[in-house]
Amino acid sequence: MDPSGRWNLHVRDEERLLAEAAEYRGESLWQDAWRRLKRDRTAFWSMIFLAVFVALSLFAPLLPLPSPIALDLKAEPQPPVWTELGNRGFDYTFETDDDYKLAYWDLYWHDKRLVDVRKAVFGDWQTGRWFGTDSKGRDLLSRIVWGSRTSIWVAFAATLCSLVIGVTYGAFSGLIGGRVDNLMMRIVDVLYSIPFIFVVIFILTFLSEPRQDLETESLVDKGWVFFIVIGAIYWLTMARVVRGQVLSLKNSEFIEAARAVGASTARILFVHVVPNVLSVVIVYLTLTIPAIMLFEAFLSFLGLGIEPPKVSWGLLAVDGTDAINPIRTFWWLVVFPAGAMGSTLLALNFLGDGLRDALDPKLRGKH
Amino acid sequence: MALLDVRDLSVRFETHQGTVRAVERVSFRLERGETLGIVGESGSGKSVTCLAILGLIPSPPGVVESGAVDFDGRDLLKLSAAELRHVRGNEISMIFQDPMTSLNPLLTVARQLTEVLEIHEGVSHREARKRAAAALGDVGIPHPEARLDAYPHELSGGMRQRAMIAMALLCEPVVLFADEPTTALDVTIQAQILELMGELQRKRGTAIVLITHDLGVVAGMADRVHVMYAGRLVETGTTHALFAAPQHPYTRGLLESVPTLTGDPDAELHSIDGQPPDLAALPSGCAFAPRCELVVDGCRSAVPPLEPVPGADPAAGDRRAACFEVKP
Amino acid sequence: MLGFLLRRLGWFVITSWVVITVSFFLMRKVPGGPFSGERNLTPEIEANINAKYHLDWPTWKQYLHYLGPLNLDERGLFGDRSKPFGGVLTGDLGPSYKMRDFTVNDVIAQSLPISVMLGLVALMWALALGISAGLVSALRPRTGLDLTMRLAATAGIALPNFVIAAFLIILFVFLIPLFPVAGWGTLKHMLLPGFALGAPRAAYIARLTRTGMLEVLSQDYIRTAVAKGLPNRLVLMRHALKGGLLPVVSYLGPMTAWILTGSLVIEKIFRIPGTGSHFVNAALNRDYTLAMGVTILFTVLVYGMNTLVDLAYTFLDPRIKLEES
Repeated sequence: MDPSGRWNLHVRDEERLLAEAAEYRGESLWQDAWRRLKRDRTAFWSMIFLAVFVALSLFAPLLPLPSPIALDLKAEPQPPVWTELGNRGFDYTFETDDDYKLAYWDLYWHDKRLVDVRKAVFGDWQTGRWFGTDSKGRDLLSRIVWGSRTSIWVAFAATLCSLVIGVTYGAFSGLIGGRVDNLMMRIVDVLYSIPFIFVVIFILTFLSEPRQDLETESLVDKGWVFFIVIGAIYWLTMARVVRGQVLSLKNSEFIEAARAVGASTARILFVHVVPNVLSVVIVYLTLTIPAIMLFEAFLSFLGLGIEPPKVSWGLLAVDGTDAINPIRTFWWLVVFPAGAMGSTLLALNFLGDGLRDALDPKLRGKH
Repeated sequence: MALLDVRDLSVRFETHQGTVRAVERVSFRLERGETLGIVGESGSGKSVTCLAILGLIPSPPGVVESGAVDFDGRDLLKLSAAELRHVRGNEISMIFQDPMTSLNPLLTVARQLTEVLEIHEGVSHREARKRAAAALGDVGIPHPEARLDAYPHELSGGMRQRAMIAMALLCEPVVLFADEPTTALDVTIQAQILELMGELQRKRGTAIVLITHDLGVVAGMADRVHVMYAGRLVETGTTHALFAAPQHPYTRGLLESVPTLTGDPDAELHSIDGQPPDLAALPSGCAFAPRCELVVDGCRSAVPPLEPVPGADPAAGDRRAACFEVKP
Repeated sequence: MLGFLLRRLGWFVITSWVVITVSFFLMRKVPGGPFSGERNLTPEIEANINAKYHLDWPTWKQYLHYLGPLNLDERGLFGDRSKPFGGVLTGDLGPSYKMRDFTVNDVIAQSLPISVMLGLVALMWALALGISAGLVSALRPRTGLDLTMRLAATAGIALPNFVIAAFLIILFVFLIPLFPVAGWGTLKHMLLPGFALGAPRAAYIARLTRTGMLEVLSQDYIRTAVAKGLPNRLVLMRHALKGGLLPVVSYLGPMTAWILTGSLVIEKIFRIPGTGSHFVNAALNRDYTLAMGVTILFTVLVYGMNTLVDLAYTFLDPRIKLEES
């Protein structure tokens, strides 16, 4: 017994407590989440599926696909053919920069290099009509793969845009608190009730007008406006979510506890705050990307999306639905683009659900 | 004949970590009008025991493995859903730990009280309201008429628990399960609520099963005490006898860890070493063995049965303990 | 209560003013008027048209005239005073640029009832399908029915609504001719487009219902209700449903915005002469006043719906106080 103070621990007790603590030492949030995500079969395979899809779209120029824009003006769309693996129809030569525009469109430098590699490896060989052709005789498989680039990267860039705005705004609002926070959130509330999509359509119609004066053309690149505008719509929820998380963390007992045991501000920020906010952000991202992909399709439907000759899944889906008529259904024109889009969005949804469960602190250590 | 006779009740939960043996062969009797205290740490199975008696264990994951609960000539565990509904809230009532979460926040106090009467006694709404107001008055809520239309969040914690008690006693049940009724309340309110329960019991002769981890509450309220550890009863007896001469080392540890006013203020407060066991992976022998100071080899291989304490005073009631080291 | 409504009104005025102003000046910043692209217009005729719609005025004057409440043209305040007031502030959205002889108010008055009808049918579909699917999932979790419902629900989220509409048309118009392909008038005309518009959101509502119900069913007060001896039906209807459906109620605001947006697509596919299809045509044809009028109208609708939902919420959940929101 220690006569100097009532609550002093014996050396023996201290050792025992430390040993006990070591036994109960948990794994990090991320290790735990990763383990749980792997257990969730649907989410895990969705993730693999998405990774493959993203890789395919990233390396699309490498794949021996027919040109996505080469027209073959037959009377109507050709159905898929599964007997022919491929043919030697890719008879393009890429010498000057303009050559690429015959088979594709204005590609970036690195994409041109990938095309060069493809030409060197596969030569003239290209895949057959696995997915059929569209109403202008263009190969549907190639268009879907190339379309995935637009859709996935538009969604990605726009999401990133919403992420940056939303996280900055939300974190700032939550950290400052008080009146500023109040006002900032009231502004978000107000913006929520504006049907922004109409304003966006409004803005895009101005920008998509065929202009004689090239001056405006050079001033605003429509693609960029597209990202920014979409990002600007979707940041609202992000801001709210992040701000809520920051607020609850700011007042949470474990942060106080960390402060009480003398953890530095930086440590509190990076060990406690960032991982917790990040988990919410990640879950939210998997929900925003599908929303933006659907929005891109919506704009394509209204004729305000990406401009030909470039393709996107939205555009392909629109082409497919346009081809519907009572006499003949060109089923492949609807089924394949819808299938590509649907399976990606489903996978994103499953992954989002899985991540939400995996990162939910209430479920930590379970399963 | 006992009012409520629980025999060999076992409950397990099938979880991801494996089978959790929450209650293991628990038997006890409750006499008319008495107060039985069930004491134990959280996770010792005391709440689950009571929930199982009323068929309130969510299944899955919960399974009532075995046992019989005789009540009024019926086995509660074998009743149909409709018959069980007739018992709940009518003959056997239950109040819970946190009155904030146990009352529906979206419904008025009146609605939550009157529905009990409407279900069990089929009285008119007007009549039910009148009796609900009277019941609120009985539990010491001032201006009960005015409080009827309040929502739970508009009442203080103590008031909410009073309303909860009023609700439980509306149909004059013969048994009341009180699951940690004062744990969520301020100390001064705790005393008031306990006093209220004691008073109502004296008036109406309701038998109470008081579940708590607070030895002070048991000492003040209970006639008899049962101590639970890791899903099993480890010691029983009258409150007086058990507090005066605890037999099981766990009970002794519990009592020693309570600071006393008369004790040496500089003395180190006693604590029981170690952690309560993981119910999904119980040791083969006595569950308390890893923490026990008196442990002998036999403790680790066989579970000590709950047996009468040799040489105990007959006035000490059914004095039993589950420990090999209990000797006369 | 009154304070809440007044505050809401204040914010609403500010919001709409920003929307109107920003879109107005954006519109005028773009070179070329609504008629400059049209062929077969002699300069004289174009000048006449511009004069008719005051496009020859300085922008600030056009703006003040559009906003109101003073009517700045010659027939108005400074003319014969038969129409001294006008503009958005008086509820006058001006003439349509492209649908000659029609004012924007005329177009809206004709088409809004149609869109509202369609929206209500869509809402019915969404709520009926969504809530029932959600309840099944919550009450019978992990059964075959639950899984089927959840899969169908997720599929609804994963496809653009025009693709769903296309599948519906192939199925119920071409293969099994149950419904007319397009047009408007009878209930038969409304069911299919309403479904295409509402059903994808049923997925989301089902999810909200499921999470809401599971959350509520795990609450202590549900255990209390069972311990009181209430039959399951009462536990569910009285104690669980109210709380479990709160998330669905709060979703009705965003839902309105979503239905309005979706109506652009659905009305176009099914050739329904509603406000949405007018908006699309107006936007594509540079009928600025009509497009802007519809934008303002939809802002009002969404804002109104959100306010209504907040009000309803306070009645359903007594813990929420309006003054704080």
